[in-house]
Amino acid sequence: MRSLFYVLSALAVIALAYWAYHENYRTQHAQSEADALEDRISVARQRLRVLNAEWAYLNRPSRLRELAEINYERLGLMPLQPYQFGRIDQVAYPPAEEPLVFDNSIEVSDQDQEQYP
Amino acid sequence: MIRTPLRPLARILLARDKGENPDAIERENIRLRHEQMRDRARRRAEGRLLVLGVMFFCAFALVGGRMGVLAHSEPSGPRVSAAGADILAQRADIVDRHGRILATNFDTHSLYAQPQQMIEPESAAQALVEIFPDLDEARLVKDFTGKRKFLWIKKVISPEQQQRVHDIGEPGLLFGPREMRLYPNGNLAAHVLGGAGFGREGVHAAEVIGVAGIEKYFDERLRDPAHGARPLELSLDLTVQAAIEHVLSGGMSIMNAKGAAAVLMDVRTGEIISIASLPDFDPNDRPRPLTKGDAGDSPLFNRAVQGVYELGSTFKIFAIAQAMELGLVNEDTVIDTSGPMRVGGFPIGEFRGKNYGELTTSDIIVKSSNRGTGRIALKIGPERQQTFLRSLGFFEPTPLEIIEASGGKPLLPQRWTELSTVTISYGHGLSSSPLHLAAGYAAIANGGRMIQPTLLRRDTPQAGIRVISETTAAAARRMLRRVVSSGTASLGEVPGYAVGGKTGTADKPKPRGGYYDDKVIATFASLFPAHEPRYVLIVTLDEPVETSGDKPRRTAGWTAVPVAAEIITRVAPLLGLRPTIEPEPLTGITLTSN
Repeated sequence: MRSLFYVLSALAVIALAYWAYHENYRTQHAQSEADALEDRISVARQRLRVLNAEWAYLNRPSRLRELAEINYERLGLMPLQPYQFGRIDQVAYPPAEEPLVFDNSIEVSDQDQEQYP
Repeated sequence: MIRTPLRPLARILLARDKGENPDAIERENIRLRHEQMRDRARRRAEGRLLVLGVMFFCAFALVGGRMGVLAHSEPSGPRVSAAGADILAQRADIVDRHGRILATNFDTHSLYAQPQQMIEPESAAQALVEIFPDLDEARLVKDFTGKRKFLWIKKVISPEQQQRVHDIGEPGLLFGPREMRLYPNGNLAAHVLGGAGFGREGVHAAEVIGVAGIEKYFDERLRDPAHGARPLELSLDLTVQAAIEHVLSGGMSIMNAKGAAAVLMDVRTGEIISIASLPDFDPNDRPRPLTKGDAGDSPLFNRAVQGVYELGSTFKIFAIAQAMELGLVNEDTVIDTSGPMRVGGFPIGEFRGKNYGELTTSDIIVKSSNRGTGRIALKIGPERQQTFLRSLGFFEPTPLEIIEASGGKPLLPQRWTELSTVTISYGHGLSSSPLHLAAGYAAIANGGRMIQPTLLRRDTPQAGIRVISETTAAAARRMLRRVVSSGTASLGEVPGYAVGGKTGTADKPKPRGGYYDDKVIATFASLFPAHEPRYVLIVTLDEPVETSGDKPRRTAGWTAVPVAAEIITRVAPLLGLRPTIEPEPLTGITLTSN
């Protein structure tokens, strides 16, 4: 009886130790994965910052003004003027399309009834 | 264990035979037994002590060992998930009111050398000079071959330069990571942003600190990791700022001016939509301050905030508004503006010695009569005038959030005499910055509340202290509107935007006293649309001269006003202001006959 108890408790210790180590390794694995992800996030953020800075640099007003002046013949861009404000009823909408006409209609109610009796 | 009997029969019998006392044997045996027991107890106690000692030793060794390990290991914070990525940026971005970047950080490298690791110092120095032409080769060779163990070569280099230095293949040339402040828009809003430089520097990192402008004012806030990636939102509008700087620099060159400043302010929130000062500089490469000469000539000088000038007739509206508020005059009160007029022994004259005769209060503003304003100011008196101007903020530096703002302290007369009262009523004898003027005009424009100009974006109007009543403010606005529609600022008319404003042309004071004849500060203080003001625009030109006519013209009506009109034409649509038809004044209050 007593030896059975010893054997059982030894087995329990082994099982618990296995479980504890297993959890430990899983945690370490998850942590290293999180570290790798964080590295990737920080690299991505850094890249985003560079791209944002580049975007702001390429869109600086002085450059856009020069580009508009260089490409004036093609684009015809001018500074915004007060007379360019319009009212919504001045907008020429495209004419309303003709309503769709169906002349080859198919009766579908019967098909429904066949499918779901 | 076999116990020795206390009275062994054999020995007792033997002792009895010999006639000895058998009790002695018993006592002897008891003694021996006690000795045995004592020895055993001592051994056990010693063993226990040993075990205890070993245990204590182990425990203390553990504690000591742990302490040693803690002392020698790198400290590591508790693990926080997904937070570390924010802290990379040392300094928060600065963005305009629509989130467009005004200042950001850029990762780059610094270049340093460790000469003792160098293999071919001479050829390395030669190759470095090819990459960086501003380096001195002889000096580099001296440094590389001398006793120095470490030297900085370049604080910041570009990725292309880094690659070229890398290609030299010299192991003694090393790179350190550097975070650099970048102003992608170049000169735009340079005076607001100021600039940044390196503080304490190490090989692996360097502090980026603000050296001027809003960068310095909010240095703590920008560097505070608690704010993390949240950018500092300014009230400036990048597009409007660019348009104003563009028009202003064009106007400055057409009017042959030495410098120019413009302030555009929202009259309800106090937000500065744009503030420009020319000449300007590139905050990416901030020039050094001038060591000699007038600091006001440096491009670093912010004319809109630091420059205190006598702003001339633009001040007249304050005297008139106060007089109307006090009930001394109304719009139609007739004042005799004919000369001569002497105050404190000094003659008060009009522009070019004109004489306007009898004018209504409104016409005093429209025709810009010095004597008329002066006579009204005398009715107000020095004390009340001081109180009113103080409430409009003309006694203190503006509270703008840039470090230079505290330098723009208005110059006040030492003794506020009656003469001061008269001259200050038309803008001489009190020097203030264009920003002060903008804040004062905003009070008239928003219906009489004094608001503080701010560079930070805000969504709600400021509830400022009331300095004049709604009706007085409305009357003042009608006068300002008449100045543009039929007065000295007729070139300022912008169809659809009902500009109201007041011109001011002040002679520049000589450094040694007196005034120049041919150098003026021309100012146009305007608000638009006059019937429902949204914005105040101040344009100041330093020493302008307009030479299209027979004679050079210097008055603000010919110089600052057309520039301001062009600015309003360009900027009002950008601000989303739709041109409106100005409401006609009611027929009931129109003066039909005298």
